[in-house]
Amino acid sequence: MRGSRKPAIAGIAVAAALTIAACSSSTTSSTSPATSAGSSTGASAKVTLTWWNNGNTQPLLGVWQSVAAAFHAAHPNVTISINAIQSDLFTTKMPIALKSDNPPDIFQQWGGGQESTQFTSGKLANLSSLTSSWISELGAAAAGWQVNGQQYGIPYDQHVVGFWYRKDLFAKAGISSPPTTIAQLESDDAKLKAKGITPIALGGGSRWPDAFFWEYFAVRECSQSVLQSSIKAVNMTAPCFSQATKDLTSFMATNPFQGGFNATQAQTGAGSSAGLLANGKAGMELQGDWETSVVPALTSNKNILNELGWFPFPTVPGGAGNPTAVLSGGDGFSCTTGASEPACAEFLQYIDSTPVQEELVQKANVGLPANSAAEAVLTNPALVAAAKAHADAAYDAEYFDIAFPVNPGQALDNALADFFAGKGTNSTIINSVSSSSGH
Amino acid sequence: MARTQSAVTAGRGIASRPAVGTPAPRSHRRLRKRVELTVLLVPPVALFVGFVIVPMIFAAWYSLYDWSGYGPLNDFIGLQNYSGVLTGPVFHQALLHNVIIAVLSVLIQLPVSIGLALLLNRRVRGRTFLRLAVFAPFVLSEATAAVMWYELLQPSGPVDALLNAVGLGGFVHYWLASTSLVLYSVFAVATWKYIGFGIVLLLAGLQGVPAELREAAAIDGATPWQVTRRITLPLLAPTIRIWIFLSVIGSLQLFDLVWIMTQGGPANASTTMLTYQYVNGVERTQFGYGATVSVVLFIISLVFALVYQRYALRRDTAGAVTRAVG
Repeated sequence: MRGSRKPAIAGIAVAAALTIAACSSSTTSSTSPATSAGSSTGASAKVTLTWWNNGNTQPLLGVWQSVAAAFHAAHPNVTISINAIQSDLFTTKMPIALKSDNPPDIFQQWGGGQESTQFTSGKLANLSSLTSSWISELGAAAAGWQVNGQQYGIPYDQHVVGFWYRKDLFAKAGISSPPTTIAQLESDDAKLKAKGITPIALGGGSRWPDAFFWEYFAVRECSQSVLQSSIKAVNMTAPCFSQATKDLTSFMATNPFQGGFNATQAQTGAGSSAGLLANGKAGMELQGDWETSVVPALTSNKNILNELGWFPFPTVPGGAGNPTAVLSGGDGFSCTTGASEPACAEFLQYIDSTPVQEELVQKANVGLPANSAAEAVLTNPALVAAAKAHADAAYDAEYFDIAFPVNPGQALDNALADFFAGKGTNSTIINSVSSSSGH
Repeated sequence: MARTQSAVTAGRGIASRPAVGTPAPRSHRRLRKRVELTVLLVPPVALFVGFVIVPMIFAAWYSLYDWSGYGPLNDFIGLQNYSGVLTGPVFHQALLHNVIIAVLSVLIQLPVSIGLALLLNRRVRGRTFLRLAVFAPFVLSEATAAVMWYELLQPSGPVDALLNAVGLGGFVHYWLASTSLVLYSVFAVATWKYIGFGIVLLLAGLQGVPAELREAAAIDGATPWQVTRRITLPLLAPTIRIWIFLSVIGSLQLFDLVWIMTQGGPANASTTMLTYQYVNGVERTQFGYGATVSVVLFIISLVFALVYQRYALRRDTAGAVTRAVG
């Protein structure tokens, strides 16, 4: 969904939020006070859990409120106090909150290196023992929320990045089926251009969409073990990463993107890359599955979701990566240390239960649920295709900017944006993640 | 000075209205003065100390640490952050962009503001409406103006359509995507946004230019240009100097417009010191480094303010700032 990919989805929303923040940055509500007796939670005493989530707009706002109310109804001793905060504000709020004596009991967590950066505060609760009885139900999805093998966060949805395309424009250009190799993609780009259609919309002004291209080339070129060891060591000197830059350079030489893509925002307004796709001004966009929650708001076309198709990032000949591997991530929550850890863990278990997961998919358009049992309620064919590609993938590679600790992750995004603007080289990309560079 | 003194005294007399002919005892007046000073000064001083001085002290402290914002401040690195900021090529770029915006403001916005203020000071039909029109953009928030212009400057957007419609299609560019043009696009938007403020300030200054002086010069045979150049502009100089001061400080602190329109991109082509600070301090969670950028920006602004105060504003503020009134 919009803004949920990560807190660093910057741009108009950030500055607008900064401007508004001084007045009111959050929406606060809470369930009704505990009145009835009996509780199935491990916490016998009455507790109030403060919950910072990024569901500050509908429909997620309403869904979280009903989830909190339902949990309270089943566990009268636990009251959930919601504080809905715009995604980007977590970047500034969490360091201060985790430094204070009164951090939120539950807060939005994107996992990966960011979680490991927050882990250094000493305030993240280790949920391993409290979730051991059910965490396996999430399968591999939970791994991205571990630090040193311990579960410090729990995902509630998953995201997979792939190409969203306009079926009508593909048909107009005479493309009968989506491309499966980079050569076919380039050939299809040429067919779209011949019909006066921009092949691929890119939100380069937001920076992180640029990174998807390079990262996917790296996922195709690098073996899983090289990827994992490079992410862990925060080191991208393995030759496959340089090969990814070469692949990207060749691909960019075919001019697949709209003019002025360096200044195009990803998700804001009809002129954004998602807006260009939504309004039929571009044939494709490489984006996460949150696209289904972003696109409808950017066009008057009520049938837009049925006009979109999805295909995985094409294969690259000779690459050492498994051709089915996907770039992915997700949204989740962490608990902070304190007496309310058992209740917090139980609440997160409730969020990952099949009924709540189905509600999140159906009412809040969260994309792919963390609990795959709820995938049965996915109806959009494109989303179903994305879910299948995700399920069939040999392995997941988390978006690099989230997988790395925050500083090198952001430095990589910036270096890649510079590269797309024609101001970077392979070495500026490769060296960006070393902590001393990038300024 | 004497006028100020008498006004103060007169005001005090009216406010207190003691029994006529029986002045309050000296100690009573002194006590009341102290109470007045305390009541008037404590809130602003408390706010200033709490929201300016204390944060600056904290920023200076944080700037000596490698600190991600999480956990305790325990990685003291001395002045390493300062050497990182001051030798960083992107910071140099950011500083240069701030200086370019400041210089362009003075070279372009100032003459335009003066010209429009002189025009709007005359009795022309629809003057109120025109004044309102030029001031309207200033009333908009920066976020609103930035979002609006971001949309207007999109490729094939309204600005491009207008240029094409009037036969100036050759001037169509990627206003925000071109690394060589983006800074000037942002400056143009800033000019649109802030020109009204300059005009209103100068119009207020023009009210202080006695009409009789201009009339006397005209009677003596001065041309309108000579009246403007020899009478109006010299008397407007204090206002102009204040405008330059505000404009340069505003240019050094430019953030919202740039961040919303370009995020300092593409490839840092429109980055300013504050967008640099946000990217490197907040987004990258290097709060120690970000604090260092704040301190450097503070020092640059302070040095400019002091030097400008000393050499340019000295005459204008004589008595008000440089020594106690009365």
